[in-house]
Amino acid sequence: MVACQVDARGRPVVAVTGLGLVTSLGQGLATNWQGLTEGRSGLRRIDRFTTDGLHSNVAGCVDFMGVEPYSAYELSRAMASAVALEAVEQSGIGSRGNFPGPLFIATPPSELEWPQLQRLFAKATGDNSENAYRAMAAGLREGAPSNGFNDLADHVRFATIAERLADQFGTKGQPISVCTACASGVTAIQLGMETIRRGETNAALCMGVDATVHPEGLIRFALLSALSTHNDPPEKASRPFAKDRNGFVIAEGAAAVVLESYDAAKARGAQILGIVRGCGEQADTYHRTRSNPDGSAIIGAIAKSLDDACLGPEAIDYINAHGTGTPENDKMEYQSLKAVFGDAIHGIPISSNKSMIGHTLIAAGAVEAVISLQTIMAGTLPPTMNYDIPDPAIPLDVVANESRRAKVETVLSNSFGFGGQNVCAVFSAEPS
Amino acid sequence: MNRSVAITGIGLLSGLGENADAHWEGLSRGAPQPVVDETRFAPYPVHPLGPVDFSTQVPKKGDLRQMEPWQRIGTFTAGLALADAGIAGNLEYLERTDMIVAAGSGERDTATDMKVLETISHTDRDHGDVCPNEILPSNLRPTLFLAQLSNLLAGNISIVHKVTGSSRTFMGEEMAGVAAISTATKRIKAGQGDLFLVGGAFNAEREDMLLNFELGGMLAQGPHSSVWERAAGTKASGLAPASIGAFLVLEELSHAEKRGANVYAIIEDVVSGRCNRKPQSATENARRQLAAMDADLKSEPFAILSGASGAEPATSEELDFLKDVIEQGTGAAIRGYGTVLGHGVEAHFPVGVALAALALRNDKFYPPFDQTGIEKELANCPDQILVSCWGHWRGEAFALVRKAGS
Repeated sequence: MVACQVDARGRPVVAVTGLGLVTSLGQGLATNWQGLTEGRSGLRRIDRFTTDGLHSNVAGCVDFMGVEPYSAYELSRAMASAVALEAVEQSGIGSRGNFPGPLFIATPPSELEWPQLQRLFAKATGDNSENAYRAMAAGLREGAPSNGFNDLADHVRFATIAERLADQFGTKGQPISVCTACASGVTAIQLGMETIRRGETNAALCMGVDATVHPEGLIRFALLSALSTHNDPPEKASRPFAKDRNGFVIAEGAAAVVLESYDAAKARGAQILGIVRGCGEQADTYHRTRSNPDGSAIIGAIAKSLDDACLGPEAIDYINAHGTGTPENDKMEYQSLKAVFGDAIHGIPISSNKSMIGHTLIAAGAVEAVISLQTIMAGTLPPTMNYDIPDPAIPLDVVANESRRAKVETVLSNSFGFGGQNVCAVFSAEPS
Repeated sequence: MNRSVAITGIGLLSGLGENADAHWEGLSRGAPQPVVDETRFAPYPVHPLGPVDFSTQVPKKGDLRQMEPWQRIGTFTAGLALADAGIAGNLEYLERTDMIVAAGSGERDTATDMKVLETISHTDRDHGDVCPNEILPSNLRPTLFLAQLSNLLAGNISIVHKVTGSSRTFMGEEMAGVAAISTATKRIKAGQGDLFLVGGAFNAEREDMLLNFELGGMLAQGPHSSVWERAAGTKASGLAPASIGAFLVLEELSHAEKRGANVYAIIEDVVSGRCNRKPQSATENARRQLAAMDADLKSEPFAILSGASGAEPATSEELDFLKDVIEQGTGAAIRGYGTVLGHGVEAHFPVGVALAALALRNDKFYPPFDQTGIEKELANCPDQILVSCWGHWRGEAFALVRKAGS
């Protein structure tokens, strides 16, 4: 028996062998990487629906997947399918429709959107002045069993996207759909990593997707005062770490990674794209949308991710920030990093991909994991665009406005979400 | 490494009452009766909650105001489980308690939605994107979105009960609850954690949720009937949703013993899978899953707590399968707990595992919940209970729960 490649705690090393990415910059990792390193923005004025009366009208929409008419569910499915295909094909694992491991996917809320409610309301029967939902249900019963709306059942089941992907890719076992708000994408990767470490599987397909640029999606975040109101020009809307930042830009995207036990990947001659060294998480008890001002939960998540990776802070060469561009996030992220890294933090380059592709919400952790891994492979740090006025309260080595060449062995990727979610991941190059 | 998974805390909330004892009382004596409301949401029977004083577990009014009912149910029930396990308020434990919550959510503000629908229904449908922009911003509460986010039940549990080790939310109807318990079990066995809070909550008293289920034609209609009557076609098939919360504290056995915790039962194994639900495919799936438990199920008597929902064709296929399992092995009796409690969707599997633990702890199995003859009387409680959960649409799963020390 060949000796196993294990980490410092004797756990199987978890390798990445496939990557897939769709953002508002385009489809495919290569297209995205070119855009990201050139400092291009995927953010545009929203033309999917009217934004009259709204303070924010910029988003990172994915309008090139052939999904017409738009629905969050259909677009999520299309993007998820595309990134999974890209990652699985790159990895060369399994065979068509036969992925030899489980699926972990971060998916957006499954809900009826206004055009669909409108369709249902048009067929509502009974006294709909009293209760619209009751009247819509009555309308469905009249048409049962084939009510003409059975397609919409898929939209409201939280399992559907995962189930459809499981059918398409032949993943094994019960897929898991996960939500840790804006940290969801990295939680999906963490679940896959843990499963491989337990020795239950040699491979896992881990992904995140979000496609919720619709009126209510925008309004929800606007009501929480979370969105940037720098609408002109749109590519300047997202300003992470800059002094004049005033919110994030909502965006769509999807990303997938194929994880494998290092040994299994090597045994089949796969190209190792990187290593998932470790993940850490800690929940915050302070507030539904705000971090504890002492940063304790973020600090805990960063420290636990380093501990899980069996690394000290000195091992981190580069940080892929959560960096949403809200006044609070970027300040808290800096203060927490400072608490963990001390003065060394001033010398560690950091970027926020969200300056170009916006905040892909549920997908963000997976999107940024893919970009982190590509950063290691390419030796190029993508820039933080719109960093025109540095914030003196955040003295970080922001990779400002232009990409930078650097040899990167190990990246820390941060993801934080509403509901006190803090999840961090550490990725490394293949050990030499 | 031989690590066992102990159930050391149970929180339950349903129409039968609050806490584990109320459920044991309500389900173990005489002929248990469902709490069901057949008129309020007619033609759909719904299992409602009774009056609950949420402040006993969520003391701050400000916290309660921030939650929609499913979050209240869940946060309340999680508190019951932590208290039952003896770790409520004990930060030393809570800081390293890993939480996995099964949730759906998306509760709508139906009054606001009505206003929007009325307005846009009067506009030209070809210009259907006469958006809700005019109405939504002034009518939606900023906090409503937070009440709709799936992970905010977990978020509220962290805030109210200070569970911070980790917080993950699984979605996907019944299988979310299965994945929560299954993942915690696997992590405990593999040494990826010693102490977990897992469970789910569901609010059935929602017109928007009923509409969602009606889209798939999944709801029972008319007077209440047992899940097996719905499967036999003597009554209309479908699930009868229940407002219900179920949380468990799962703990590595020696960890539990070291702190002197009360052990209800041991989760021996959880198996799960999926198929496309072509006829017999769920049965084949289930047969493969139970092969892993073959030794246990063929050597010792066991009882079955079925989570059958009453939706077809899953319920009748599951019943046929379970009858076969009993015939082939040493199974003693089946109880369809959805008959009495209703269908708890994300919370449904945690409910079943909790009921198994209560029976094993009390050394007594439940009387029949159904009078069609499918559920046979059982004088003695076997030392192991098989909990089944086939999703109303997708997913098949089982847990084998064993009497502590057996």
